[in-house]
Amino acid sequence: MSNQSSKLGKLYIIIVFALLYIPIIYLIVYSFSSGTTMANFNGFSLTHYGELFHDNRLLAIFLNTILIALLSSVFSTIIGTLGALGVHNAKKRHSRQTLLSLNSILLVSPDVIMGASFLIFFTSLKVPLGFWSVLLSHIAFEIPIVVLMVLPRLDEMSPSLINAATDLGATAGQVLSRVILPFIQPGIIAGFFMAITYSLDDFAVTFFVTGNGFTTLSVEIYSRARQGISLEINALAGIMFIFSLILVIVYYFIENHDQSTRRKKDKLEVTK
Amino acid sequence: MKRSFRAMFYTPYFLWLALFVIAPVGLIFYYSFFNIRHQFTFDNYATFFSSGTYLTMTANSVLYAFLITLISLVISYPMALVISRLRHRDLWILLVILPTWINLLLKAYAFIGLLSHDGLVNQLFGLVGIPAQHMLFTDASFILVASYIQIPFMILPIYNSLTDISDSYIKASHDLGATNWQTLTKVIFPMTMPGVKSGIQIVFIPSLSLFMLSRLIGGNKIITLGTAVEEHFLTTMNWGMGSTIGVVLIIAMVIAMMLTNTQRKRRRQA
Repeated sequence: MSNQSSKLGKLYIIIVFALLYIPIIYLIVYSFSSGTTMANFNGFSLTHYGELFHDNRLLAIFLNTILIALLSSVFSTIIGTLGALGVHNAKKRHSRQTLLSLNSILLVSPDVIMGASFLIFFTSLKVPLGFWSVLLSHIAFEIPIVVLMVLPRLDEMSPSLINAATDLGATAGQVLSRVILPFIQPGIIAGFFMAITYSLDDFAVTFFVTGNGFTTLSVEIYSRARQGISLEINALAGIMFIFSLILVIVYYFIENHDQSTRRKKDKLEVTK
Repeated sequence: MKRSFRAMFYTPYFLWLALFVIAPVGLIFYYSFFNIRHQFTFDNYATFFSSGTYLTMTANSVLYAFLITLISLVISYPMALVISRLRHRDLWILLVILPTWINLLLKAYAFIGLLSHDGLVNQLFGLVGIPAQHMLFTDASFILVASYIQIPFMILPIYNSLTDISDSYIKASHDLGATNWQTLTKVIFPMTMPGVKSGIQIVFIPSLSLFMLSRLIGGNKIITLGTAVEEHFLTTMNWGMGSTIGVVLIIAMVIAMMLTNTQRKRRRQA
């Protein structure tokens, strides 16, 4: 590529990156403003963070959100990993394909459809709307992504590994806990993290299946944003930004760590 | 013994498939045949396909989703192309992913501030001498914000298909006398079609039903299929009609998926 066009390309990505980040930076900058609108910056202050930490209702909602995210991710990771094993062990290619397409229905279907259909489902089963309906829905829409994160690792695993273990007298349970699970562990961790982010990010499904008493952060932000601007939300954005930044860093640290150890192992095998 | 052990193992997953994938979709279809007094009827479909409001709404939703997809594709393709050629491309693509980890509602909320009457955009307009515009609650702002949210999801699959192309193809193309432009249009672009298609699929389908964005940024002026479903389920409590619109959305989704999938298969066979 010629020099000039690569300069043009760099200019282009700088502009797009600026556009991608301006809204986020704008939001966080105003969380430190002492004013009350997102129009004039009135000097640095932490009052909105103070308000945030004294807003007991919001803190309770924050804890609810985290609780739902963690619980649903644990359950969906377990069920999703079992599901990935099921898909992996499907004998016929056809049944594997069917399972995979059923699996991805919730991943591609629009949020409103998922929310509306879960609402019908819960009311026809007479499940009360609130914590449990939200938790069950979150588990439900996180399972397929866990399956998709675990399955590639399972497919990578050579069957001779399992044969060797069985030949050496391992029981089915031992094969699973000593051979399969350690091998697919990076996929499981990646699935768990994806599940957490799906849960934290969800608005539409929760909005449909949460009754009156229970709220998560997304739903709360929505109802507050409909009333107009309150810089307390900006402060909340600041904190959530730091939170997601930490999640991203932890996630990539685990990913890279896994990759580098794998690379080391590969090297060892080559030198042998 | 071993078989029952296995069966027990897979039960949770299959229960999930039955209860949360198959049953809800079935229920939506089932409810679409009931009116508000819970009597079996085809009226919902008759209303939908004979009423001008619903048909224009469907056409509008498809048009909005199409525009959102087009804008994000036009911005994302060059972006993915440039990033795929940078030295620390992994780091740069991480910067593309980072905004997707920030809550969607917060991003929409940021735009309420940015586009408001005294917001940053109007302040910038003021500097250049353009009078303040009413940008919030317009079609244009809705499409703009939706594209903003979708751009990273469009960049990623295109970027992945770009990094899959082996350098030797590009070298071969240059050796055979192709110009940069020819290499781009005749070699690189066709080879990244799978990425472009999955990007379109990822962006188009959710764009059909962005109900919170049309409420927050579009005011209540923009009514898409998504807002209609939300309204029927949560406000007017006419679940039958809501489900009917839901079925239409599902069909639109299936059509979108078929259009973006079959062509890929055809290409493989060729």
